[in-house]
Amino acid sequence: MTETLSDASRASAYKAHDLIAEDIDAYLLQHQHKSLLRFITCGSVDDGKSTLIGRLLYDSKMIFEDQLAALEADSKRVGTQGQEIDFALLVDGLAAEREQGITIDVAYRFFATDRRKFIVADTPGHEQYTRNMVTGASTADLAVILIDARKGVLTQTRRHSYLARLIGIRHMVLAINKMDLVNYDHAVFDRIVADYRAFAAGIGIDAFIPIPVSGLRGDNITTRSDATPWYTGPVLLDHLETVEIGDDPASTGPFRMPVQWVNRPNLDFRGFSGLIAGGSVSPGDTVRILPSGRTSTVARVVTFDGDLPVAVTGQSVTITLADEVDCSRGDVIAAAGAPPQVADQFETTIVWMADDEMLPGRPYWLKLGTQMVTAVVQPPKYQVNVNTMEHLAAKTLGLNAIGVANLSTDRPLVFEPYETSRDLGGFILIDKMTNATVAAGLVNFSLRRAQNVHWQAIDIDRDAHAAQKGQRPKLLWFTGLSGSGKSTIANLVEKRLFALGKHSFLLDGDNVRHGLNRDLGFTDADRVENIRRVGEVAKLMTDSGLIVLAAFISPFRAERDMVRSMLPEGEFIEVFVDTPLAEAEKRDVKGLYKKARAGQLKNFTGIDSPYEPPENPEVVIDTTEMSPDQAAEHIVARVLWGRSEIPDDEDPDWFKGRGI
Amino acid sequence: MQLYAACTAAPAGFEGVSTTAKATSSEARISAERLTHLQRLEAESIHIFREVVAEAENPVMLYSVGKDSACMLHLARKAFHPSPPPFPMLHVDTTWKFKAMYEMRGRMARESGMELIVHQNPEAKEKGINPFDHGPLHTDMWKTQGLKQALDKYEFDVAFGGARRDEEKSRAKERIFSFRAANHVWDPKNQRPELWRLYNARKSRGESIRVFPISNWTELDIWQYIHLENIPIVPLYFSEMRPTVERDGLLLMVDDERFPLLPGEEPVMRPIRFRTLGCYPLSGAVISEAATLPEVIQEMLLTTTSERQGRAIDHDQAASMEKKKREGYF
Repeated sequence: MTETLSDASRASAYKAHDLIAEDIDAYLLQHQHKSLLRFITCGSVDDGKSTLIGRLLYDSKMIFEDQLAALEADSKRVGTQGQEIDFALLVDGLAAEREQGITIDVAYRFFATDRRKFIVADTPGHEQYTRNMVTGASTADLAVILIDARKGVLTQTRRHSYLARLIGIRHMVLAINKMDLVNYDHAVFDRIVADYRAFAAGIGIDAFIPIPVSGLRGDNITTRSDATPWYTGPVLLDHLETVEIGDDPASTGPFRMPVQWVNRPNLDFRGFSGLIAGGSVSPGDTVRILPSGRTSTVARVVTFDGDLPVAVTGQSVTITLADEVDCSRGDVIAAAGAPPQVADQFETTIVWMADDEMLPGRPYWLKLGTQMVTAVVQPPKYQVNVNTMEHLAAKTLGLNAIGVANLSTDRPLVFEPYETSRDLGGFILIDKMTNATVAAGLVNFSLRRAQNVHWQAIDIDRDAHAAQKGQRPKLLWFTGLSGSGKSTIANLVEKRLFALGKHSFLLDGDNVRHGLNRDLGFTDADRVENIRRVGEVAKLMTDSGLIVLAAFISPFRAERDMVRSMLPEGEFIEVFVDTPLAEAEKRDVKGLYKKARAGQLKNFTGIDSPYEPPENPEVVIDTTEMSPDQAAEHIVARVLWGRSEIPDDEDPDWFKGRGI
Repeated sequence: MQLYAACTAAPAGFEGVSTTAKATSSEARISAERLTHLQRLEAESIHIFREVVAEAENPVMLYSVGKDSACMLHLARKAFHPSPPPFPMLHVDTTWKFKAMYEMRGRMARESGMELIVHQNPEAKEKGINPFDHGPLHTDMWKTQGLKQALDKYEFDVAFGGARRDEEKSRAKERIFSFRAANHVWDPKNQRPELWRLYNARKSRGESIRVFPISNWTELDIWQYIHLENIPIVPLYFSEMRPTVERDGLLLMVDDERFPLLPGEEPVMRPIRFRTLGCYPLSGAVISEAATLPEVIQEMLLTTTSERQGRAIDHDQAASMEKKKREGYF
């Protein structure tokens, strides 16, 4: 029994193309001109997805003898097919996956036929791996959606189809698998196809190719099956080999190239390197550089192999321009007559990929093409139920959630809607603290207010305001635990500034929450918004020349850094009022710790909500070492004279040369 | 030299055909559909190199002198032409490579105009760690520890490596930008999602990223590219009569006098070549007549065992490579 199986398997192991032995040069020439198809397989473990991929590799003779021998041994040891070969073992790579018998990540597989080379993204199908599927789909031209013939169109089929459509895959194959288990019944096949067609039209999938297959038996995978005489369409591999994929809207559209790197080997050469994201380019073409809008003419298209007369979408090149124009990483060189848009506010679709949920109002890094900016996401308009496509109300997005939300950036972005260009419409969000990729996003469109609200040029600028007051504007940001002494010290600082004739204003956390921020609570998301608003108000006040004192717990580094980034270099002074939790709790001036400990106050910083101390504050006040008055003196010295020491009254020369 | 013979032996139609150039104006506006898979792979690799250089502080290219490294080096030169690649190449040396590899290393450093850094683990050197007496410790000390030492010593934050996803099962799941914690450890369950062409190169101090620009190339792609682009490779890939002994089922080449011959063992001249190159006492040769690139490719395609069989490192256990990578092996 085992013997027979091994013999049969060996006969099916890797077999070289006849041409290789006969005429290697001819074979190489053929291989050189193959095109590439990247596709994704969507399905759950039970649908037989890994088996199908394993079967494709096996039937296209990509499994070597030693691999096959290992596979046979593994199949007997841990396989799920009894004495038969478990093809899934070919593709389930990580040790953890082999132990659990599931696929948990994106794995890439490679195989080639006479006509094409293929890269398969193998991704898990369960709902908790939505992010993995989106990742695999982002580089795919085609999706193979698996359906278990016994079960028909299921929730997961809808989810996979929706995600594939969302990510812009235009070629769909519906592989109705395990046909052997329904006796290759034509009626079963027809019913599933009809069900799927009814659903697919509703989410914008107008064309798909349904194929009855059996991964386990190999029916209609690489060769036509005798068991399905009623089926006249292509077998799976034939379709993958021949489907036309060159009608990508970007490649036939106007020229776009995000600049990755400026190549300056010497003073005589200044080239702009990038991968062409749309259209084509030739010397002599008029181009526009965005966001500046300046135009120039392409002088050369430079490559290691010599200059090109034309370069197309997908090629990596270096362009030189006829004029000395400003252009650097992040800019986009585009066809002058049809440039992409520039905006700083967008409606986007976001796929959240991190365990920590999205915090509306928190600044994240946003990378789109070669542009890296800071972005703030508004609360979602809605979340999509990926199983039913229903829109649900949502305040935030958790792991694997997909929602639609507005987003604003701190600098204008050169972009195109995602449906026009994956390269200029797809982006990722990166957590500023952990540097993790937390979300993938698609730009739907820019918001009109971004295009129509322009900055008003004001004649009396911030320098004029400051000069009139005879001071340099500052924002003193007091951060620390509740009860640490922030307000007390800030109050004393302001009294001293006032006495010195300085113009100041104190923004206090409790006071602001009675008015401007009365609609906000104490969840993480509300805390973020609280600080964003205070930051904006404080910024306007410093524009008017004031020294602003802000006393807020502001527990998160990210928000404090956001406010810092709003102000010119040197104007943000972070004052860390460092009081240990035990000490603050002992003081408990407002009786809040007691309430929090009793469970009457939720989300209380230091108790059940975290406090992230500053890493490099300009001033640290240790309230167990310094009295409030000493602290205030210390801070005033730092603000007015740029020194951290306290004026020495005994030294008559102390004030000399300090501009006082 | 055999190497040059192989390059000039390319038939008409192959010679000097570049994968990006040679589009004449008469071909008019070629469409993206007509880019071949090698052109797409080349463009992707170049894009990856440039992203790293634009975002990293102190990148380095790991250079192992093998065919994958040769291909990677060639792509790096293409990415930054007319500038030389703006980073050094690092060879984590074990002192046990083939002589021909050391020759090639010097030549490529000169030709590319790049700085060559050679690191040898001083501890391994002092203890005289070698593949004959120390088994797996040899790889761990010279390669795994040596690599960590070199990256720490020069404070490289990004290291390019020539690994491919088709080599082995755990590689198939690794990202192109593979993030490593401060102790160089890889956590396969905590990889950053990698979408479109957007690579996240941000990291904190002490953390580093391994970047694999030829992740999506297969072994055949590498060989074909070397052929098309006339990329110089170590002559050991081509068959020649060489002194060998047979041990534990592996055919080993006696490359220098440090090879300890067992009593009665006598090196035998055999027509051999290598499919993969590493430390000579760990690299199994194959009997072959293939002396030109097309012949090598032909033989590779006609062979019915996978490429890595000649490399002793993978034989331990099914998940050995994944384990090594978690510990910091490249």
